[in-house]
This record gives sequence, C-alpha cells and structure tokens, in this order.
Amino acid sequence: MKSTIELRDVTKNFGQFTAVRDVDLFVDAGEVVCLLGPSGCGKTTTLRMIAGLETPSAGDILFGKSRVNNLTPEQRNVAMVFQFYALYPALSVEENLTFPLFAEHLSKSKRQARVADVAEILQLTDILNRKPSEIAEGEKQRVAVARAIIREPNCFLFDEPLSRLDVELRESMRGQIKEVLQGLSKPTVIVTHDQLEALTMADRITIMRDGLIEQIGTPHEVFTKPVNIFVASFIGTPQMNLLGVELIRCNGNDAEVVLDGNPLKFGVEAIASELSPGEITLGIRPRAFSLQSESGKDAISVTSEIIEPMGAETLVHARTISETEIRVVVPREKKVTSGETLHLRPDPGQTLVFNKHGKAAW
Amino acid sequence: MRWVAAKNRAKEVDRAGWGRTIAAAVVSLIYFFPVLVIIITAFKKHTDALAVPAKLIPDAFDWLVPDYLTFSPTTENFVNVFSRSFSTGAAAQDTGFDLFFFNSIFIAGFSVLLALVIGTIAAFGFSRYPLKGNDTYLFVILTTRMLPAIVVIIPVMLMFRVTGLAGTYTGIILLYTAFNLPFTIWMMKSFFDELSRDVEDAARIDGSSDRRVFFKICMPQVVAGLAATAVFGLILTWNEFLFALLLTGVETRTVPVAMSQTIGGDIGVRWGLLAAIETLFLIPVILVTFFLQNQLLRGVTFGTVKR
Repeated sequence: MKSTIELRDVTKNFGQFTAVRDVDLFVDAGEVVCLLGPSGCGKTTTLRMIAGLETPSAGDILFGKSRVNNLTPEQRNVAMVFQFYALYPALSVEENLTFPLFAEHLSKSKRQARVADVAEILQLTDILNRKPSEIAEGEKQRVAVARAIIREPNCFLFDEPLSRLDVELRESMRGQIKEVLQGLSKPTVIVTHDQLEALTMADRITIMRDGLIEQIGTPHEVFTKPVNIFVASFIGTPQMNLLGVELIRCNGNDAEVVLDGNPLKFGVEAIASELSPGEITLGIRPRAFSLQSESGKDAISVTSEIIEPMGAETLVHARTISETEIRVVVPREKKVTSGETLHLRPDPGQTLVFNKHGKAAW
Repeated sequence: MRWVAAKNRAKEVDRAGWGRTIAAAVVSLIYFFPVLVIIITAFKKHTDALAVPAKLIPDAFDWLVPDYLTFSPTTENFVNVFSRSFSTGAAAQDTGFDLFFFNSIFIAGFSVLLALVIGTIAAFGFSRYPLKGNDTYLFVILTTRMLPAIVVIIPVMLMFRVTGLAGTYTGIILLYTAFNLPFTIWMMKSFFDELSRDVEDAARIDGSSDRRVFFKICMPQVVAGLAATAVFGLILTWNEFLFALLLTGVETRTVPVAMSQTIGGDIGVRWGLLAAIETLFLIPVILVTFFLQNQLLRGVTFGTVKR
C-alpha cells in the first residue's frame, strides 16, 4: 500500500478557541510538505493531530486509505522530530536510537545493525555511548533525525527541526535532512516558521494563518503568485512592498493608477482588467524595481532613508512623498546615500495586483 | 604550561580565601556543637558526664588542657545500651534495644518506601492526568499536615482502637505512610511537572505504552527527586516520637520511645547511656544521607536552573 497522508476538513478546538479550521491537505508518498506560518497559526497543532498527540474535533485523517482518527500515537507508526529534539535524557545515544525498535521485537544483532546503519548516515558512530546532555546541539539534532529514520514508519513529521541551530549549522543540516528525505519514499510534513527552510526543503508549501490554510503551492508558486496580501508579505525577504493606489482604468495588460496624486501606468496580467476602478493594492518585491536616472512618467520618486548593505546587494529603506515606506534592493555597485532621491520603475512582469479585499487579481 | 593550569585550578578551589573558610568552619561548628557534645558524652563515665564545667576533651590531650577539662573515654555506655543490670548487684539483662533499633529501621524504611511508591504514582497522575479540581485535591491532601500532631492524635487513637491496629507494625507503618504521602506527592509532582512533555510524546510516537513511558522515560529522570524525598521523609519518620509513644506496643516500640523510657531509675538520668543510644541512632540516617548525597544535591536544586 502506498503511504500517503490526507486531512479532510480537519478542525481542532481548544475550548472556545479554534486552533485549526477545516484544513484539507494531501501529502503524497515521497513528497515533502512544509506547514509555514507565524506562531499560533495552528501549524504545530495540525502536525500533532497527524501524529496522534491531539484528537481532531472534526474531520478525518487518513493514512493511505485507512482512517486513523482513533488510533493512538503508538498505533499510527509515525516518526517525529521535535523542536527541542526530545531525546531521552536518561538513555545514551545508542539507547535513544534503539528505543523505537522495542516494539518490533528484533534480535539483538539486527538491532545493532540498524543502529550502526543510521549512525553511519548521520555521523553519530563516535558518540553512541554519550548521554544527550553530553553532546552538542547539532549532534542532538542528528540523533533526533536518526531516531526518526531508524524504523520504517508511515510518515515523517518534523516540528521546527532547525530552529535551535545557529545559522551555519542550520544550512548544513538543511542539506543533510533533504538528502536523507530524498532517499525515503514516505510522505513528510515539516512545520516551520522560517520561510527559507520551507522554500529550500519543501516540494510544496502550505501557508497557514489563524488556523486556516491560505495557500498551498510549490515554493515557486507561493513566491510568484501569492493568493493574497498575507502570503505576499509573508513570503520573501526583504518583505514585499504593498502600495495602496487608486485604480483609474485597466485595459488589457495596461493599468493606470494614481499614487500620491501622480498618475502611473503599469503592465499587469490581463485578468486584472476585471477589476473595477477604486482602491487596490500593488505588490512589488524589493528586487523588482529598476532605477531610472530621472523622474519619468511611470516611475515612483522616493527619498532614501536607511541604507543596509547586505553583501552582494544593498537594501534601501525609502519613503514616498506621502510617507509610504518602500524597500528596494539595489546592486552593490550602485552607491546610494541617505537623503538621495531615487526614481523607481516597477518591473511590469513582477507587479502583483490585489483587490480591495486583499485577494490577488491574477 | 601545565603548572599554570594547576595553579589556576588551585585558585578555583580556595577562591573564597582563608578568612571566609574559617568563618564558615566556625559557623558549622556552632551548628554541629550539640551533636558533637552528644557523641562525646556517649564515651563518658556517669560522673564525667555530670561534671561542671563540662569535660569535652579526651585525656589523650591532657598535655594541652588542664586536667579538670579532660575525661577518660569508655565504651561501657554502648555495651549498656543492649545489656545492663537494672538494679545494683543484679546480673546484666537484655534491654531489648536490638529489637527497638530493628523496629525503627523497619517501620521508617518500610513506610517511607511505601509512601514513595504510592506517592510517586499518585504524583504522576496529578501531574499528567489532572482531575477536575486537581488543585483542590492536592490542597485537601496537604490539610492533614496542617494541624499539629497533638490535635489529630485523639481521633487517630480512636480509629486505631476500633480497627485493632494499635500496637501493630501494620498500624504504625500505615500511619507513617499516610504522614509521608502528602509531602511525597507534592514533591514528586513538582519533579514530574518539570519534565519535558515532548520527551514523553516522542516515546509514545516511538511505540511506547503509558506504562513504558512512566518506567523507562519518566522515572529515570526523577531519581534525584526520589532520593531527596526519601531522605526528608526518612528523617521525619525516624525522629517521630508522639505517635510512636501512643500507638506502638512493647514489641513494636521504636528507639525514640524506648530512649525516653530509660530516663529515671536509681541513679537519675543516665546521660552517658542516653548519649550512646542517640549516637547509635544517628548512624543509619547519616549513612543513608551520605550515600544519597550526590542525588540529594541534584534533587533539592532541581528546576532552579532554567534549561
């Protein structure tokens, strides 16, 4: 049987509070899905429901074709890596790794062979005899992953697996986990609030807010085609610029708007022409501007305020005449000084239009 | 460079310096003085024990201090604890103290263990499977320790009379267990509360039953707590006098009660004998505390440092 995870209309209430509302999600075998969202959005609760640590208030959870709502965690045969690793403090690394094998009644030699295998993959061979309190943070992380992959579970669940590591270690672990996961033909769900983690590790990203799924899509989709203002501003660093403008008319691929009393023309996707004139929001990524030498008809004039060199590029915080903040990334070679006036022309292909309810018009 | 490291380490040990070390020693001596006097008295003859000013120095040190401050040590008091003549000229008799020591060890040990077993399981329940009004139950459990013992002794005696438990091992062990339980439950609950739930969830996901989670994952983490709780309970039970006096019989008498009954007789209070009993009485508690002290230190400081 192919292992898959399916959530149908899953809702979880804690008393009056609804943590997760009507979540539908399908994770295919071998697929990695990230649940991404700000803290308190219900992503961890969703993961815990899949693990069996929480019972859904409504809806069904299916592994393959069978409903698992009423199964306890030990009956579901899932593997989970916790945010704080949750290694067994009183047991050595080796005992930590053998612990999940207890239920499988393996012979001692087979158990040892399995431990040796995963210890090899995750470079733990030298620390098998140590206690969790005696190993480094990165090693704890690897032990947690090793403990998860030592069995052959129905699925893999990761709860903020990298949040406790420093930046360098995080990068190398991201690669290692991705490599390990690619070798497994099981569905994987990763919970994270770090969009970089989601964008790099996931096949598909599920963006949640207040217990609701806002968008499900590939990393590319959620970045280039966010369904609403929330997703648009949540994905991508530096954050997308959101400009409130007045739409005058929209003709095919040309839109005419008024920003700060200045008429501007934009190229937009054809579907935006269904918008009726009025308040709309433009979404422009900080890297989607081109600098103009002088104020042109379709350029936004801003005054730079704070300059943040980021190495390869420079992030400039600027303001329009009406005090709207605009973040723009310029090449390193372009020297910008504070107080300088810049003329920015939005890249027509990368300008997103949101209607007055914050929904994308594309 | 080795000597530098060694020097630094030496500094590490006595960083507080001589002044503070001596001050600490003086304060410790003041605390320990009563116990020290008892131990010294245990080795004195009756006349030496009554002498004023007190003779505190063994006569091996008479080159150092005046004669009237020294005494010649004897072990006769320790022999007398177990066997002595009760009137002048009579043959030495068994005093029954071997039984009383056994009683003290058996009753205190058994009741502390029983309280530990029941209390730990109860504490785990209160911590992990809270009842409606959990805190109320915990409060009610503690109320039994809120009254002075003397207030509860009459109802307890009546209960023991009716049930026929007075004077039996079962009776006094049950009573002490009941006394130790509130403390054990509160202590152990706080230890269980400190444990990471994620670790237990992980064990469940790894295929463990609740029972296996409890024994394999939770218990090893609270060993220090068990040790601390056991020692505190043991000290309380070991020294308990009032209930032991009223609820134990001849066969089940504990040392504190038997000790009090040696007072009196033809030569008044036999201080040397009393001190010898007390000295022997100290040994088991000191041994237990000594062997558990590493665990104990971890136990009482548990949770005071954020992980």
